[in-house]
Amino acid sequence: MNYSSLIIAVLILLGGAYLLGRNRARAIASQGIRLHSLPTHYGALMALWTGLPPLLLLLIWGLAEAPIIDHLLIAQLPEAIQQGTSSEIQLTISKVHNLAIGAGIDAAPELEPAVRHLIDLQQRTLLLHSGMVLSLALLGIALTWRRIKADMRARTEVESIVRRLLFASSGVAVLTTLGILASVLYEAWQFFGKVSPFEFLFGTTWSPQVALRADQSGSSGSFGAVPLFAGTLLISLIAMFIAVPVGLMAAIYLSEYATPTIRQYAKPALEILAGIPTVVYGFFAALTVAPVIRELGESMGLAVSSESALAAGLVMGIMIIPFVSSLSDDVINAVPQSLRDGSYGLGATKSETVKEVVIPAALPGIVGAIMLAVSRAIGETMIVAMAAGLAANLTANPLDSVTTVTVQIVTLLVGDQEFDSPKTLAAFALGLVLFLVTLVLNFVALKVVQKYREQYD
Amino acid sequence: MTNTSMSTREKVEKSMVRRRAAEKRFRVYGMASVLFGLLCLVGLFGDIINKGASAFRQTVIQTEILIDADYLGINKKADDQEIRNADFEGLIKQHFKKLVQPEGRSERRMLYSMISAGAAWQLQEAVMLNPSLLGQTMSINLIADDDVDQWFKHDRGTELHNNRMNETQVKWLEQWIEQGMLKTQFNTLFFVNGDSREPELAGIRGAITGTFLTLLVTFLLSFPIGVAAAIYLEEFAPRNKITEFVEININNLAAVPSITFGLLGLAIFINIFGVARSTPLIGGLVLTLMTLPTIIISGRAAIKAVPPSIREAAFGLGASKMQVVFHHVLPLALPGMLTGTIIGMAQALGETAPLLMIGMVAFVVDVPGFVNDPSTVLPVQIFLWSDSPERAFMERTSGAIMVLLGFLVTMNTAAVMLRRRLERRW
Repeated sequence: MNYSSLIIAVLILLGGAYLLGRNRARAIASQGIRLHSLPTHYGALMALWTGLPPLLLLLIWGLAEAPIIDHLLIAQLPEAIQQGTSSEIQLTISKVHNLAIGAGIDAAPELEPAVRHLIDLQQRTLLLHSGMVLSLALLGIALTWRRIKADMRARTEVESIVRRLLFASSGVAVLTTLGILASVLYEAWQFFGKVSPFEFLFGTTWSPQVALRADQSGSSGSFGAVPLFAGTLLISLIAMFIAVPVGLMAAIYLSEYATPTIRQYAKPALEILAGIPTVVYGFFAALTVAPVIRELGESMGLAVSSESALAAGLVMGIMIIPFVSSLSDDVINAVPQSLRDGSYGLGATKSETVKEVVIPAALPGIVGAIMLAVSRAIGETMIVAMAAGLAANLTANPLDSVTTVTVQIVTLLVGDQEFDSPKTLAAFALGLVLFLVTLVLNFVALKVVQKYREQYD
Repeated sequence: MTNTSMSTREKVEKSMVRRRAAEKRFRVYGMASVLFGLLCLVGLFGDIINKGASAFRQTVIQTEILIDADYLGINKKADDQEIRNADFEGLIKQHFKKLVQPEGRSERRMLYSMISAGAAWQLQEAVMLNPSLLGQTMSINLIADDDVDQWFKHDRGTELHNNRMNETQVKWLEQWIEQGMLKTQFNTLFFVNGDSREPELAGIRGAITGTFLTLLVTFLLSFPIGVAAAIYLEEFAPRNKITEFVEININNLAAVPSITFGLLGLAIFINIFGVARSTPLIGGLVLTLMTLPTIIISGRAAIKAVPPSIREAAFGLGASKMQVVFHHVLPLALPGMLTGTIIGMAQALGETAPLLMIGMVAFVVDVPGFVNDPSTVLPVQIFLWSDSPERAFMERTSGAIMVLLGFLVTMNTAAVMLRRRLERRW
C-alpha cells in the first residue's frame, strides 16, 4: 500500500475507533453506572490512540526511508563506482531508481544486481511498514478498548494529549528557525573549509564559475562577496530613497490630514501594492521601467545598462511604500492626542505639530518601521533576479548593472547542483549572511517597535 | 509698551505668511505622496493589462480543407492509433501549397512557418472525434504561428522591419484578410494547455493545477498547525522564557526573506529526507513553513478579540479549560482565523523565490495529476515565460499575470467579505 492509501486506511480506522469507544462508553452508562467522562471523550481517546502512533510512524518512516534505502544500495554498486566521488554515486543511484521503475533509457548490466536489490527492498519495506502501521492502529483500538471502564479518566487523558499536540504545533516555528540555521550553517561551514571566510567577506572579485573538469582552463572560481554586498546596498538604498519619503509623507497625510472617507479608500488601495506578487514587479521592472530609464538616460547622453540598478531599485521602492506607510501610520496613530492638543494650544500649526511633536514622539517606531523595510529590501529576490543583472560590478553608479546576494543565491542554486562544489556551497554562505543580517534587523526593529508601543499604552 | 507689543504682533503676522505657506506645502507633499502611490498602482495595472489583454485572443486561419483519406492512408474504420500516426501535417502543407502556390523551396518554407505546429494536432483531434469527416471537406480554424499572430494583432500596417514577417508573407496575409480567412478568436488553448516551447500553444493549465495542488498541501498543513499553535500560545502557554522565545521566533520568521525557506527546503527536505523535487508536495511543505507565522499571528489576534466574559461564563457552568477553548472560544475566533489564513494563502500563491530553489522551475508540459507529479506554479511560470525571447511570450506572461492577480483579488475580497459578514463587535 502506498502512503495516501495507508493514510486513508488509518483515518477510516480512526473514525471507526471513535464510534467504537463512544458506543462502549454508552453501553456501560446504560447499565446505570456513572461514567467519569462524557461518552465522546472515550471515543476521542480511542481515536487518538488509534490514529496518532501510526501517523507518527508513517511520518518518521517517510522521512527516513529514502536515505536508508540509498545507503543500502551503495553497497550493491560495482566497486568502481563506489570508489567515485559522491556526485557520481548520486548519479548512479538515481539511474538505478529509474531502471527499477522501468524508465531507464539504456540498460546497464553492471547495475543489474543493484536494481534487483532495490526492487526487492522496496517491496519488503512496503510490506513491512504497511503491516506495522496497520497493526499499530489495531493495537491502539484493542488496548484502549480494554481500558475503557466507568471510572477511567478519559477526559483528563484526552485533554493532556491534545495539550501536548498544541504545544508541538507551536514548536514547528522554532524547528523552522533551527532548520534554516542548521542548513545554512552546515553548508556554509563546508564552504569555509574550501574558501577562507576572510576572502569571502572582504574579497572584491566574484566569479563563482568553477572548472567542471580538471583539464578546463580559466575559471578557477573566486568568491569575494563584496560586490554582491555593495550591489545589494545600492539597490536597497535606491529603494529606501523612494519608499521612506513617500511612505512617511503618505502616512502623515492619511493619519493627520485626510478626511475619514479618503483614508477609508486610500489606505487599502496603497496596501494593494504590498499584496502584488514580487514576480509581477520583476516583470514590470524588467520590461517597462528599465527600457524607459534607458531611453531617458540615452536621450540625456548617459550610458545606461539595460539591467540598471536604478530600475530594480525604483520598482522595489514602490513595492516597499506600503510597508513604511502602514507601519508608520500605526505608530503615528499611537501618539496620544494630548501631545497634539498641547502643541496646538501653544499656537503651532498642524505641520509644525507634526514636525516638532508627533514625528519626534513617534521616531523610534518609525525607525523600527524603516528597519523592517530595509530588511525586506535586502531579502527581496524576484525583482532583482528579473531586473538587475548577474554581473558582479563593484560600482556606486545606479545606471550600471549590479548583482545582489539574493540574485546570486538563485543563480547558483537553480537547476541541478553538485553538493560538494564550492559554487553550490557559496549560495549557502550567502544565505547565512542574508539570514543573519535580516535577523538582526528584524529583531532590533521588533524590539524598538514593541518598546515604543508599551510607552504610550 | 504698546510699541513693542505691536511689533511682536507684526512679527507674528509676518511670520504667519511663511508658516501658512509651509503648512500648505507640507500638506501638498503628503497628498502628492499618496497620489504617487496610487499612480504607481494604476500604472502597474494599466501596463500589465495593456500588454496582456491581447493574450486572450488568438489569430486563426479559417480554411476549407479536404480530409484526403488516400493521402492520410487511413479509412473510416481506423482506430485512434492509426489516426495518430497519419500525416496531418503533410496534409495541411499540401492544402496551403495548393491555396497559395508558393514559388520555390524558400517560399514554401516561409509559407509553412506561418502555420502553427499545433494545427496538425487540431485536425487530428477533429478527425478522431468524428471519423466520418474522412474524405470530406471541412471548415476549420487552424492556429496561426505566433509571428503571424503578433503581426495580425499588433504590427499590421506598421514598418516591415519591425516585425518578423517578410514582404511575401505579408502579401499572402493581406490576401487572406481580404478573403476573410484571418481572424482572431478567444484563446481557449491558453487555458487548457500546459507549457510549450511554441508560444501559440503554451497555456497555463499545468501551472494553475500545480498552484492548486501546492496550495492544497499548504492549506492542509498550515491551517491546523497554525490554529493549534495560536491556541496554545494564547490560551495555554505559561508566561515564561520558553514561551517568550517561541513568540520572538514566530515574529522573526514572519519577516525572514522568503528565499531562506527555499534554502531550508533544499538542504533539509530534499537533500536529507529525499523528498522529490519539482513537486507540489515539496512546494507545499516550504510554503507551509513560510505562511505559518502569518496564520499564527492573525489567529492569536482573533483569539485575543474574544471577550473574557465568554470564557468566564463557560467556566462558571463547569466546563474544563479544553472545553472552554474548543466549544466557545474557537468557534468565535474562527472567522478571524480564516481571514488570516486566506491572506496567508494569497501570500503563498504569489510566492516565487523559494520555489526556484526546490526545482519548480522545470519545464513541465504535462498537467500534474497529484501532489507527487512534477509541476510548476503560476508565478514561476510567469518568471520562466518572462525570460523567453519570443514577443508572443511577453503577451502571454502579462496574460498569466492578469490571471494570477485575478486569483489574488478574489482571495482578498473573500477575506474582506468574510471579515465583514462574520466579524462580531463585542
